[in-house]
Amino acid sequence: MEDMLFYDRIQFAFTVTFHYLFPQLTMGLSLMIVYFKWKFLKTKIDKYNDAAKFWMKIFALNFAMGVVTGIPMEFQFGTNWAKFSELTGGIIGQTLAMEGMFSFFLESSFLGLFLFGEKLLGHKLHFLTGFLVFLGSWASGFLIIATHSWMQYPVGYEILENGKYVLNNFSALFSNPWLWPSYLHNQAASVVTSAFVVSAIGAFYVLSNKHSEFGKLFLKTGVVFGLVSSIIVAFPTGDLAAKNVVEHQPVTFAAMEGLFETQPKGSEIVLIGQPNVLEKKLDNKIAVPNILSFLTYQKWDAQIKGLNEFDEALYPTNIPGLYYAYHIMVGLGTIFIGLMLLASVQLFRKKLYGTKWILWALMFMAPFPYIANTTGWYTAELGRQPWLVYNLLRTSEGASPTVSSGNTLFTLLGFIGLYLLLGLLFLILIGKIVNKGPQTVKH
Amino acid sequence: MELFWYITLMIMLAVYLILDGYDFGAGIIHLFFAKTEKDKKAITNAIGPFWDANEVWLIAAGGVLFFAFPTLYASSFSGFYLPLIMILWLLIFRAIGLELRGQVNNHLWQAVWDKAFGIASLLLALFFGIALGNVVRGVNLGMVENGVSTHEAHYFFLPLWNPTFSPQAEHLGIIDWFTVLLGLVAVVALTIHGANWIIFKTNSELNTKLRKVVFVLNAVLLVLVVVSLLIWHIIEPNPFHNFLETPWLWIFPVITFTGIFGLFKVKSFTKDGLGFVFSSLFLFGGFASTAASIFPKLLPSTNNINPSLTIENVAAHEYGLSVGMNWFFIALLLVVVYLIVQYKVFKGKMDDVGYGEH
Repeated sequence: MEDMLFYDRIQFAFTVTFHYLFPQLTMGLSLMIVYFKWKFLKTKIDKYNDAAKFWMKIFALNFAMGVVTGIPMEFQFGTNWAKFSELTGGIIGQTLAMEGMFSFFLESSFLGLFLFGEKLLGHKLHFLTGFLVFLGSWASGFLIIATHSWMQYPVGYEILENGKYVLNNFSALFSNPWLWPSYLHNQAASVVTSAFVVSAIGAFYVLSNKHSEFGKLFLKTGVVFGLVSSIIVAFPTGDLAAKNVVEHQPVTFAAMEGLFETQPKGSEIVLIGQPNVLEKKLDNKIAVPNILSFLTYQKWDAQIKGLNEFDEALYPTNIPGLYYAYHIMVGLGTIFIGLMLLASVQLFRKKLYGTKWILWALMFMAPFPYIANTTGWYTAELGRQPWLVYNLLRTSEGASPTVSSGNTLFTLLGFIGLYLLLGLLFLILIGKIVNKGPQTVKH
Repeated sequence: MELFWYITLMIMLAVYLILDGYDFGAGIIHLFFAKTEKDKKAITNAIGPFWDANEVWLIAAGGVLFFAFPTLYASSFSGFYLPLIMILWLLIFRAIGLELRGQVNNHLWQAVWDKAFGIASLLLALFFGIALGNVVRGVNLGMVENGVSTHEAHYFFLPLWNPTFSPQAEHLGIIDWFTVLLGLVAVVALTIHGANWIIFKTNSELNTKLRKVVFVLNAVLLVLVVVSLLIWHIIEPNPFHNFLETPWLWIFPVITFTGIFGLFKVKSFTKDGLGFVFSSLFLFGGFASTAASIFPKLLPSTNNINPSLTIENVAAHEYGLSVGMNWFFIALLLVVVYLIVQYKVFKGKMDDVGYGEH
């Protein structure tokens, strides 16, 4: 039984982690492609259209990977988490079905037109199809996070005698206080990923003195999008999302921050340290006094509950994992703002393209937004454990009752093999596209 | 209310069958009949801009199943665990076969992805037919052993096969001779359907040959369908009772056979789209007849202890189902608009779309 739950959890974690590598780029990138296309319509400078076309190739490959790795996500609710689906399907099935009907149809219908229809449609309609693909992908994110928010902070439901959760207020799903901060935080983070990827490839072209006209355009666009989005990720959206955790999941907040004890004169913010759960303390801690209290309540001496004030049965299952996930996300987010600020200053002074060390930094930074996005999701998911539906339904009560651990391990190994292959092919092909670079087309 | 969602779900599945069905069929044609690079191009061009949107019908139908009939979703997805995950793997292979083929200009690379696309399409058609066979045959709900349920009344788990491959064995498997028979029906029917789509959407040199293929396979299909009908009563003692009680349901079998008999004239069709219409009629009629024959059951029980899953005992709560109708109608309207736009832009022959030439 324990084994079974373990494999179910690992399989979902593995497949969803791999899946989300792709949508986080396509959501942000669709916005940037729409921007390039819009710039072209306004200025009629071919460079912008060629840039849009180049990124569409990368978009198409990422989108295809997102689709093929996304279908298993919907299936796994039923295959591996049957009890959870049976009990809450009347509610989370609602938002998931809406995702299929509202966003997948929109995206998939217009993606074909967007990728193959430029000649047939003309530039204005082609821009419109791009915009609709962008809209579809952001609607998809919205409905997934509406589902996620209900699991974090259930609203608009009642529980019947047979244990089933039924919806009694549809609009509550969308006015859920958890939803909007999380959604905007996630979308801004997705723009961060795409902006860093666009700037990294721009930096690569400028540094290697290849396609440098496009390189400069990518750098300029990437840095502006990157600065704005990395600030929005932290403030106001990250700040608001964290305040939701303080208010509705205080024990999770204490674990995220590594706060084993309540500090009567205000809480310090931990920068570095390793949680020692047995002795209930942080080893090798470096912390700044009172900052956490100020950030949370805007008062230097506000009290924040430490883990000591809660029943151990309510503790998040994996406190060190949660703590590291959160600190990696926040640490990287801070570095992103710093680097983009520096790059923006140089851009403003028209010195960016010659400031080699910043270009090198931008180029090597590309993988890190993926890490920050992933650890951000781990913070949310590990923070919710041991619950599937916070405070109501435990993860251990949600797995499929008849699927044996041998069968789950079999499919888990299959997914690992298949996704390794997919990942390898993806990298080869992306390398090929980047190496070939944008093509100048006379219009 | 349950009835509305039942009909909606069945229509969505039928649309999926007809739309993604031609993609699978095109894949099978690609595997067996496309010899030259030109043939292959014609086939991928014919489905290129559509297959992704077609696949969404599966996801959307899955979503509707999830929210309208959560108990059925939970029970069947966990019970058919292995074949469903394998269907996922095949869908992945098929999709990357299509998407990656054109990315590298090397004939070994392309040969690999051609085969991945073709074989995955073939196996998917077979698996979907087998899945239908499993639903018709029923499963051991509650996993009854010696007259006692070993699990909750609506849960079960099926291995891929049992050593006897018999649909009447005490321990059932996904694959037995009855479900494989329906799998073959699906493979043949979708091959015909895919061929009709290619004839409809391209001016390929392959088309004359494909008309002959359709004609021959159609005869095979007729034999397979008649055989399945004859042995159906082994699985279900009284397979036609719904039709006897509600005579208007006969319209579905009539549609099915209209499709088959219509296709025997395939060689003399003057309009290229006509064959596609007839194979769509067959698929729709066959699917609807099957659903009608087990109605109101959605998943029959093979034991006497636990009741079959029916539209009443697996549906979600009233409020959720009625509030769902509001957004569903809006969404459906939008979907119809998208379909019209999509098929208008890519109307007619598709030989010059240039799919895969990124």
